[in-house]
Amino acid sequence: MAYKTIVEDNIDILVCGAGLGGTGAAWEARFWGQDKKVVIAEKANIDRSGAVAQGLYAINCYMGTRWGENNPEDHVRYARIDLMGMVREDLLFDMARHVDSTVHQFEEWGLPLMRDPKTGAYQREGRWQIMIHGESYKPIVAEAAKKSADTIYNRICVTHLLMDESKENRVAGAVGFNVRTGNYHVFKSKTVIVAAGGASMIFKPRSVGEGAGRVWYAPWSSGSAYGLLINAGAKMTQMENRIVLARFKDGYGPVGAYFLHLKTRTQNCNGEEYESKWWPQLQEMVGKEYLDPEASHRTHRPIPTCLRNHAFLNEVNAGRGPIHMVTMEAFQDPHLEEVGWENFLGMTVGQAVLWAATDVDPKNENPELTTSEPYVMGSHATGCGAWCSGPEDVSPPEYFWGYNRMTSVEGLFGAGDAVGGTPHAFSSGSFTEGRLAAKAACKYIDDGKADGIRVSDSQINKRKEEIYKPLEHYKIYRNEVVAGSVNPNYINPRQGLDRLQKLMDEYCGGVTVSYMTNEKLLNIGLKKMHILEEDLDKLAAEDIHELLRAWELKHRVRTAESVFHHTLFRKETRWPGYYYRGDYMKLDDKNWHHLTVSRRDPKTGEYTMEKAPCYHLVDKDEAPAEPEKAEA
Amino acid sequence: MPTFVYMTRCDGCGYCVDICPSDIMHIDETTRRAYNIEPNMCWECYSCVKACPHHAIDVRGYADFAPLGHSVRVDRDEERGTIAWKIKFRDGREKNFLSPITTKPWGKHIPQLADVPAPDQSMRDSQLLFNEPKYIRMDEGDLHTLEAAGLKLKEGVYY
Repeated sequence: MAYKTIVEDNIDILVCGAGLGGTGAAWEARFWGQDKKVVIAEKANIDRSGAVAQGLYAINCYMGTRWGENNPEDHVRYARIDLMGMVREDLLFDMARHVDSTVHQFEEWGLPLMRDPKTGAYQREGRWQIMIHGESYKPIVAEAAKKSADTIYNRICVTHLLMDESKENRVAGAVGFNVRTGNYHVFKSKTVIVAAGGASMIFKPRSVGEGAGRVWYAPWSSGSAYGLLINAGAKMTQMENRIVLARFKDGYGPVGAYFLHLKTRTQNCNGEEYESKWWPQLQEMVGKEYLDPEASHRTHRPIPTCLRNHAFLNEVNAGRGPIHMVTMEAFQDPHLEEVGWENFLGMTVGQAVLWAATDVDPKNENPELTTSEPYVMGSHATGCGAWCSGPEDVSPPEYFWGYNRMTSVEGLFGAGDAVGGTPHAFSSGSFTEGRLAAKAACKYIDDGKADGIRVSDSQINKRKEEIYKPLEHYKIYRNEVVAGSVNPNYINPRQGLDRLQKLMDEYCGGVTVSYMTNEKLLNIGLKKMHILEEDLDKLAAEDIHELLRAWELKHRVRTAESVFHHTLFRKETRWPGYYYRGDYMKLDDKNWHHLTVSRRDPKTGEYTMEKAPCYHLVDKDEAPAEPEKAEA
Repeated sequence: MPTFVYMTRCDGCGYCVDICPSDIMHIDETTRRAYNIEPNMCWECYSCVKACPHHAIDVRGYADFAPLGHSVRVDRDEERGTIAWKIKFRDGREKNFLSPITTKPWGKHIPQLADVPAPDQSMRDSQLLFNEPKYIRMDEGDLHTLEAAGLKLKEGVYY
């Protein structure tokens, strides 16, 4: 192989992925480990990488304890009902009690936060969301990470974690390749914080052709947060909890700010309110505990986002689509009109492009909404990710093994999408989780837990061979074809991705089957997944860029496999509107008020599934107040 | 396509190649101009558009649902700390927006944590992060604990 091997040794904290989680980790690591070597390995350029690349118009997780607005326990209550009970409340509580300090830092660094002229408090768009001019959110937090890290490696696609050979189940670093030079990079590190992205594009997107990349979550979020961890043998949780979002059709513009701040509403093709008519039927499926519109009016308890999706889907299936967002009223106010447009220019420019292209001015026309394909992620409104330890002062024994945000692999920590059971962290919560993980990683090293790590050259060489195999495979077989992409001996990454998306869609509850699946379908899908994985061994990459896509695909496939196993294990429809198990249509608290936990044996590829107890922290309802809708 | 490059304006500087989060802006080896090598992995995130010093990169909506004839142009000015947008509809209408990107000059207001006093053992043993508890409430209010909030983790169905 012509590519150079570049070894970075004696790293204390390696941060894989520098989105909001990774930048938070690198920033905080310097404070607690002033003598430690902190290195970042990022697939793109940390100035514009991760889900916040184009910016954000709101910070969706801010308590406002400073202004007497909310306490951390309020946020736990909110996230819990939105996820129908299934969250890690210790991790949520911990994130929520620190998140305000993160946001206050952001303001000090120069992030423009809007303020309420009357109260002086941050301008709210919802109970948990504050409004920002966040186009440069990512460059600002990247500056903080750059000031803290010893070295930043941009354009490194991390493919595998290195494992310690002197002690089983302990991490020893990571390997990957530079997507521009092709060089092989070896990072030998005492701890690793995985802050890579969740998974977009594992389900077939609604668009075809060019638009197949116009997904809601960034197309470069390739499930590496899960691919890296699962392959290292880390336990995962809540991987069945994929998210489906109601968005502006084709533009994927978020609807939260429109509902919450602009006070818009949705209606069916006849201009009617439709949600409430589905509640009685849905209440039979999920029980009054989870859907009590009356209680929602009386208290802060929102109707779970997935249930509102359910009403949307059923209304469309009943032939009363499209669902429209009523913007024409709010947009008559010039200030609100500006907020509506800037909301997208600051974070989803494609929505503004679409409106310009189709001559839709929301002031004169109510735009269409639709539901997206599913995504697998742990930082937005769902909680897929690794089974991590909680903080020592909060967590019960089942949730605690010494170091905050450490996975079930020693020395391996998570942040953002990588941590399971902490939905509604969003950007500020992900940054906060990075900070928490960094402090714990420093403690882990100071306690001597990382002593005596050994990585053999044979492990390093074996990974190198594995990483570049798609390039070799291409070289050997390309002469089977003169031109084009049809070859009997290999598939390319795009073909592999198309196959993955098709089978996830049809067997695991994607868009074209109205998010419906059952045991039979899941088993057929899993069988096809295994055959796809056999073919991935024959994946061919024409150049280094395609090699990047090849490894993104491999991480996506591993993520998808885990979603299959979890969905098969949870024999109930816990989240109607996100997906349905046709063979177990009802929510079943008696048997399934538990968190699901899986582990893939790295040697055999076998999955072990278990149920873990779901502990609760706070009581059901709080004092009556104004009703609030859930943010999607 | 979705991003595309005006060949006469591009000088092949590579700023777009440097910044693209999806690794799809590349320099054509023959023409020495930038181009999008993989349109269906583009997110229309505008990172390259904003980074281009010559305004040579533009975006058109995806061909499978967006008609031709529109544009959304941007000018991000780090020195003034603003971003300006010009939206042109197919039918010729225009909308213009301007918003701030930062409240402080770049590069000066984020501290070097290597230079701040190192945390002592009691801080390391606590649950606090850098600059906490002060930064949580911007006063002397302390961190939330289960005891302080009168809470206890319990097993069982809550709803």
